Order: sequence, then C-alpha cells, then structure tokens
Amino acid sequence: MTTVHHGETGAPVDVHDPKLTRFDIVKEGLRRDDIEIVTYESQFPGPNSKAEKRIVRNIAFLFIIAGLFSLAFLVFYIVWPWKFELGHTLSDYFTPILGITLGIALFALGIGILAWAKKLLPHELSIQQRHGDPSSDEERLITGQTMMFVADELGVQRRPLLKGAIALGLAPIGLAAAAPLVGGLIENPHKGEEPMMYRTGFDPVANGGKPVRLTRDDGSPIRPEDVSAGGQMTVYPGIPGGATNKYADSPTLLIHLRADDAEKTRTAADNDKNGRNKGSMWGNYVAYSKICTHAGCPASLYEQQTNRLLCPCHQSQFLITDNAQPVFGPATRRLPMLPLSVDDEGFFVATSDFKDTVGPDFWERP
Amino acid sequence: MKRRKLDPAEATANFAKGVDDRFQVATPLRALLNKVFPDHWSFLLGEIALFSFIVLLLSGVFLTLFFDPSMKEVAYHGAYPALRGTEMSAAYESSLRLSFEVRGGLFMRQMHHWAALLFMASIVVHMARVFFTGAFRKPREINWVIGVLLFLLGFFAGFTGYSLPDDGLSGTGLRIASAIMLSLPVIGTWLSASIFGGEYPGELIIGRFYIAHVLLIPGILLALISVHLGIVFKQKHTQWPGPLRTNENVVGERMFPRYAMKQGGFFMAVFGVIALMAGLFQINPIWLFGPYRAAEVSSASQPDWYVMFMDGLVRLMPNWQIYFGPYSLPPLFWPAVVGLGALFTLPMLYPWLEARKLNDTRSHHLLERPRDNPERVGIGMMALTFFVVATISGANDVIADKFHISLNAMTWAGRIGLLILPPLAYYFSVRICLGLQQHDREVLAHGVETGIIRRLPNGAFIEVHQPLGPIDDHGHPVPLEYAGWVVPKKMNKLGALAPTVKGFFFPVEKPAEAPVSPAPISTSGTREEISSKS
Ligand code: HEM
Ligand code: FES
Repeated sequence: MTTVHHGETGAPVDVHDPKLTRFDIVKEGLRRDDIEIVTYESQFPGPNSKAEKRIVRNIAFLFIIAGLFSLAFLVFYIVWPWKFELGHTLSDYFTPILGITLGIALFALGIGILAWAKKLLPHELSIQQRHGDPSSDEERLITGQTMMFVADELGVQRRPLLKGAIALGLAPIGLAAAAPLVGGLIENPHKGEEPMMYRTGFDPVANGGKPVRLTRDDGSPIRPEDVSAGGQMTVYPGIPGGATNKYADSPTLLIHLRADDAEKTRTAADNDKNGRNKGSMWGNYVAYSKICTHAGCPASLYEQQTNRLLCPCHQSQFLITDNAQPVFGPATRRLPMLPLSVDDEGFFVATSDFKDTVGPDFWERP
Repeated sequence: MKRRKLDPAEATANFAKGVDDRFQVATPLRALLNKVFPDHWSFLLGEIALFSFIVLLLSGVFLTLFFDPSMKEVAYHGAYPALRGTEMSAAYESSLRLSFEVRGGLFMRQMHHWAALLFMASIVVHMARVFFTGAFRKPREINWVIGVLLFLLGFFAGFTGYSLPDDGLSGTGLRIASAIMLSLPVIGTWLSASIFGGEYPGELIIGRFYIAHVLLIPGILLALISVHLGIVFKQKHTQWPGPLRTNENVVGERMFPRYAMKQGGFFMAVFGVIALMAGLFQINPIWLFGPYRAAEVSSASQPDWYVMFMDGLVRLMPNWQIYFGPYSLPPLFWPAVVGLGALFTLPMLYPWLEARKLNDTRSHHLLERPRDNPERVGIGMMALTFFVVATISGANDVIADKFHISLNAMTWAGRIGLLILPPLAYYFSVRICLGLQQHDREVLAHGVETGIIRRLPNGAFIEVHQPLGPIDDHGHPVPLEYAGWVVPKKMNKLGALAPTVKGFFFPVEKPAEAPVSPAPISTSGTREEISSKS
C-alpha cells in the first residue's frame, strides 16, 4: 500500500492573526482534527463563468418546480372531489394526482439539492486519519484493575453469606417480575371454553346433544336435492354463530358425487384402515372438512374430472374418492370426513363431530 | 437613552458563546463538521433503507389515527357499495374507512405499504453489498449482526402490518402463522393458544399484533438503527482501495456541506419516488378481498415479496412426517421454523466463520473487490440463488397458471432447483471471479490492449500492448503488483485517447478536453492513475 506520509500537515497557526483568511482558520481546524485537504478546487474556470450561471439557473428552476407542484398538491388536495363513488368518476384520480404532484415536488427538490452539491460546490479530496487503534495496554490494564477494584469494594468474594443470599434470595425476583408479563398470556390449549382444539361446531354436545344440521352461511338448512350430482357446497354447523370465525375449524365441503365415484368413495371409506370413515357417507353424498391439514387454509378448489381437492395455499391435493388422502404437496394427513345423515324433516345433519382432528397438524394430535 | 441597535452577528456570537458555556460543544461540533466520508454509489443503498423507514414512521403514525384494532363484528355501512351490509371486524371496517372516507387516506395506506416493500428491498441489497465487498470483517462484525436483526425485525413488522386490516389475505397469513406455531414440537399448541388467546383466531390477535406493529417492533427497530448508525460513525466508513487510500485513513470529502447535502437531496428523491408509487400503483386493495372468513380464500393469495421465500420453502417441502410414538412432527416445522432459523443464524455467524477459516485477526477498513475473494462470492451467490428459487416457488401457482405449466411440474422443478442451482451458482461465480482476477493480472503484466495489430518480419501478427508501468532494458514491461482496485483496461482510461463519450445513442456531453477527474497527487512513480468515478 501507499506509504507516503500525510500526517505532517504543517505547523499550527495563530488563529487570531488578522491576516488569516477564513479558509486558513478552517484549515487550522482540519489540522487539529487530523485532516488534510489534498485538493479543493472550484468546478468552474473563474467566478461568474457561463457554465456556473447555467447550472444555477437549472437548480433554481428545479426549486421552482418543487414549489409549484407542492402548491398544486395542496390545491388538488383541497378542491378535487375525492369521496369514493361507484363507477368511473373524478374521485378515481384523486390518489394518482396526489402521488404525481407530491412525487414530482419532492423529486425535483431532491434533484435540485443533489445538483447543488454535485455541480456547484468545489471538488475536494480530504484525508482523515482513522485512529482506529485499540487502547494501549496500559489503559486496558488500568480499566481492568478499576473494575476489579469495584468488585473488591463490594466485597462479595470475601462475604460468602452474601453470595449465597444473592443466588438463593434474589434470583426469584427476576422470575417474579417476568411471571405476570408472560403468565397472563399462557392459555391451556386443552381446556377452556368451547370450541376447543379437537372439536368443531358439529359436535352435538354444543347443541344440547342433538345432531347438528348442515347449513349455508346464512344459517338455512340443506336438503339433499339442493346439491346437484357433481356439485358441491360449503356448509357450516347449524348453531348460533356457526358460520362465523368463532368456528373457524368447522367449514365443510359437502359433495354430491356421481354414482360411479360415489361407489368408489364408499368402498374406500368402508375399508378405512382405522374404521373411522366407515358408514359416514349418505347416499352419494360425502362431506370433508374444508380446513387443510397442512396449514389450515380452506382447501376449496374442487377438480371434477380428477376428483381432487386442491388447496390454494401450498397446492396440496386430496383425492376425494380415497378418503381425501393427500396425493401431492406438503400435506401429510387426509381431510377428516363428516358422518352424514338426514333428519326427520329431510335436512342434512352430522351424526357426530369429525372423527379425525380438523386442521393443521401438531405434536400431541390424538 | 439611546437604544443600542441589535447587531445580528454579535447576537449570534453571543448565543453561540452561551451554548458553549453550558454544553462545551465547540470542539466536538467542529469535529463533526469536519468528519471525512468516503463516497461511492454502493454506500447509498443503506441510506434508502433509512429513508424508507422514516417514511414508514410518518405514514404509519397517520394510519394509527384512524385505524381501529378491534375484532368486534360490525355491519358495514360505509362508502363502498359492494360490501354494504356485510358483517366484518371493526379493524377491516376502519381500514376500508381509511381507504374511502378519509381524505388522502388511501394515498397514505399505499405510501406505507410501498415504503415497507422498499425498506425490505433496500435492506437486502445493502446486505448484499456489505457481504460481497467484505465490509462485515473485523471490526464491523457487530454491525453486520445488527443488520441481519434489522431484516428479521422488518420481516415481522411487515407480517404484523399485513395482518392488521383483517381482510381475506391477512386472515390467510395469520392462519398459516398459527399452523407454523402448532408445528413446534411439545409447545406448539401452547404457543399458538397463548399468542391467539385461545383457539385460532380468537378475538385478541389484531389488538396484540397492533401494539407489536406500532410500538414494540418500530421501537426496537429505531433503537437498533440508531446503534447501527452510531457504530458506522464511530468506526468510520470503509472505503475502496485506491490512490492515497490506506487501511489507516479515510479519503473523501468533509461531511458538511457537500456530503450532507447529497444525503438530504437523496432523501427527498427517495421520498418523491415513494410518493409517486403510492399515487400511481395500487397495492393491497383490501376491499376486493372481503373480510376474512375461515372458509374462503382467493387463489393466488401471495404474501409480500419478502415473505414469499418462506411460502416457497413450505410449498416445496415434501410431506415427510416424523412420528415419535403417539407424537408427531409435521413437515411444516422444517421449512418454517428450522429453515427460517437457519436463514438468520448462519449469516449472523458468517464473519467469524470466515475469519476463522482465513485465520484473519486484523482489522479491515479497505473493501475487497468481490473478484478478490471468489469463495465468499460463491457462498453469497449460493445463498442468493437459494433465496430466489424459494421466492419464485412462492408464486409457482401464478407462474403455472400464466404459462400453462402443470403445477406439479413447477413444484418438482422448484425442489430440484433448490438443491442443484445453488452449488452451480457457487461453481460459476468462483470461476468468473478467478477469470476476472487473471485478466487483471495479465493487464498488469503485459499492459493494455491497444487494438493495434503489428505484423512481425516473420509474418506473424501480434497485438501491441501499452505497458502500465516502466519497461526493462529489453523493452518488456516490468510486471506491476495488484493494488486491489480497478485496473485500467482501455486506452482512454490512460488518457492516451479521449475519454469514452457518454450516452447510449447520442453523446450526452462534449468530450472533455482534459481527463475527467484531475489526478490527485501521484503517490509513486510506478503506479498509474487509477480513476474512480463517483
Ligand atoms: C413505525 C411506525 C409504524 C406505524 C405507526 C405503523 C402503523 C400501521 C397501521 C396502523 C397499519 C394499518 C393500516 C391499514 O389499515 O391498512 C399498518 C399497516 C401496515 N404496516 Fe405499518 N406501521 C409502522 C411501521 C411499519 C414498518 C416498519 C413496516 C414494515 C417493514 C410496516 C408495514 C406495514 C404493512 C405492510 C401494513 C399493511 C398495509 C396495508 O394493508 O395496506 N409498518 N401500519
Ligand atoms: S394450507 Fe393447504 S397446502 Fe398448505
């Protein structure tokens, strides 16, 4: 690297010397701060050069633009009809106008200032010494000893009883301070109000023991003929608030399968390994939880030809005719099946809650 | 009595004296005015992050004046007809009010969101600059760690903010966040229940995210940014190697006025660009998504870009579930918890890992050109490639749809790409760096290609080279040592030809008569001028 020595920057000057120019005094300050100005030169051949005048004009122009557009911003902000109205109206242009006027104003101001700095101010090249050296060994030693001395003064080392008392007596103070901050937040996921982790709104317990009806989001119950063959419908538990986010785990997809698919589905369900899906279909109807077992998005895209249910979040695909087993994507678990039946009045009900756990997977899932 | 006329100069001097009597500021103030900063365009990237953070604070405070962080169900009666009568949370309703019934509210919302995107983007680019130039080396490791933490906090600031309006998209994001918490072994359900105050979604989460978003996270961000800048100030900025520049000095210009003015001007320009984007480009039109309903999701629901890499990793993860007796570990755990954790801790440790490998305990104030440390470039490119493949996979359904590719093919391409492309990126970038290095050395040894072809008496053609340094008795150039900085490779860089004319189609300005930047005092006879244009 360059080894030329630049530390030597002249002797101190007497700043009270009336002969000194202001720049001389500035240079004395720089010298004291260990800075050397190597070059400092105007960008123009002489005072009042043509080039300089042109640049000054341009900068002034930019500042005036900034001012004009700021004014325009204010005027539009005040007078433009801004209240939202349906259809194509003037109010559609309010936000773009604000953006353009304010944007141009600020941008012109910024460029003006930049041009001033870059084109008008003299070019300079200064060198400052870093002084990044660590403290001297001596300094380190003194500070270290001072810290040790503070410890000596406290005398914890010499007074074992205090040491023990700090460890045993005072340690809980920290915990006591943290406990109310954290403790209030802790909720036991396995206790508490309905609906709980493993239950949905279709649990008859919440409905006074009666099977819960399947309803639309307006609460109206559903008859089998409301869903045509090959069709599907999102259904909710027919209890108060059943279609709200309070029962976020309950949304279910009711599907009316075509006869051949229904046959396949029924065979698969009846031969279910753990037997949970056995007899859960009603006629050619099957109902699966809509809550993806991967991360809980609604798995709502039903592909009729392939009988797959696609989750839009991470593209897990579930095969409807095979107990909704995952066939592609990151999901590992099938969608739970809701046991269906029809009550005396001819409306769909769930004979019990889902038998698999609904929603994203977790450590202690039963 | 005659009133003494107030002399402004004297009054100012007296005021200044009074201030110094009380606070003794004259000397430190002078030192501040005189502080020298090195300059290079790549040092401005961090500044963009700072400026967009300021815009975030300004616009965010405005939003808080109207936003209602409550999940109480209300029926909508506002100005947007399509949603009238719909049940929604008060948070969503107030965000709609901000968009439609507050003068300039939509502008402010969009400004806030664009500033957030710019904030994250500039942090990433700034980090890349710091990484590839080796600016993180001793003594600046702590500032590198703070930088990584800033990105992490920005990530959470963005995520909590995105969740606040409680529209269809934010609910989907929250749902996935809850599933990620659930995927943690042993404590998963407890964590989710504690954060949501019971079962998902509960009625507390928006209020909790709100206080995190407007107070806790910005507070920590502000504190860390202050420390970050304080350390830069104390340690002084790194500089590129070049004439006069050593590891012990800073070559540049004084902070005032020129440097400070450039900063101010740049801030206004960045602010102006954010304002333009906020006005012209719609972002997060929450009224189209409707209120959050657990049963509904629009397809192609994409998070903000800085969250997409995580979404991508989650999509690419194969469905491997691990069972421990009655317990199980869902695959979501690996990309979302382990992946995110590794993505933040590994970079944090990198400065020490590299120093250890190179057995390097010195302090570095001169930057390294990327080509001079091919391995580092390779590792960086590997990480970037991983990030890019993951991010693209976060939008693989959109890509599949737009280009009519099968989704499953996109997923498999992502899985394979994630494993294969990063090592390839490593290999190619190391090769490119080595090639560039070699070319530099060649020019230093043989000189610049002149484009003049000479025919030797024996009929062979050779190209004449202009040596950069002195020549020996046989007329051969004396090889020069590499100085860690740009090696001139064209005759016009040597002043032997007119400087290249600026402009793509037409010259922007008349070719100057003199070399563009007057050579600073030449340091040694053997070294050619190295022009760094700023
Ligand atoms: C520091 C002070 C900040 C305050 C006071 C603040 C305040 C807010 C408020 C009240 C909202 C809801 C606005 C709405 O209805 O759309 C919001 C949304 C948001 N905030 Fe912030 N914020 C701050 C900082 C940040 C930061 C640092 C980031 C990101 C890095 C961020 C990113 C977001 C995003 C992405 C949204 C969603 C905006 C939308 O839906 O259009 N905010 N913020
Ligand atoms: S939530 Fe359904 S695939 Fe991830």
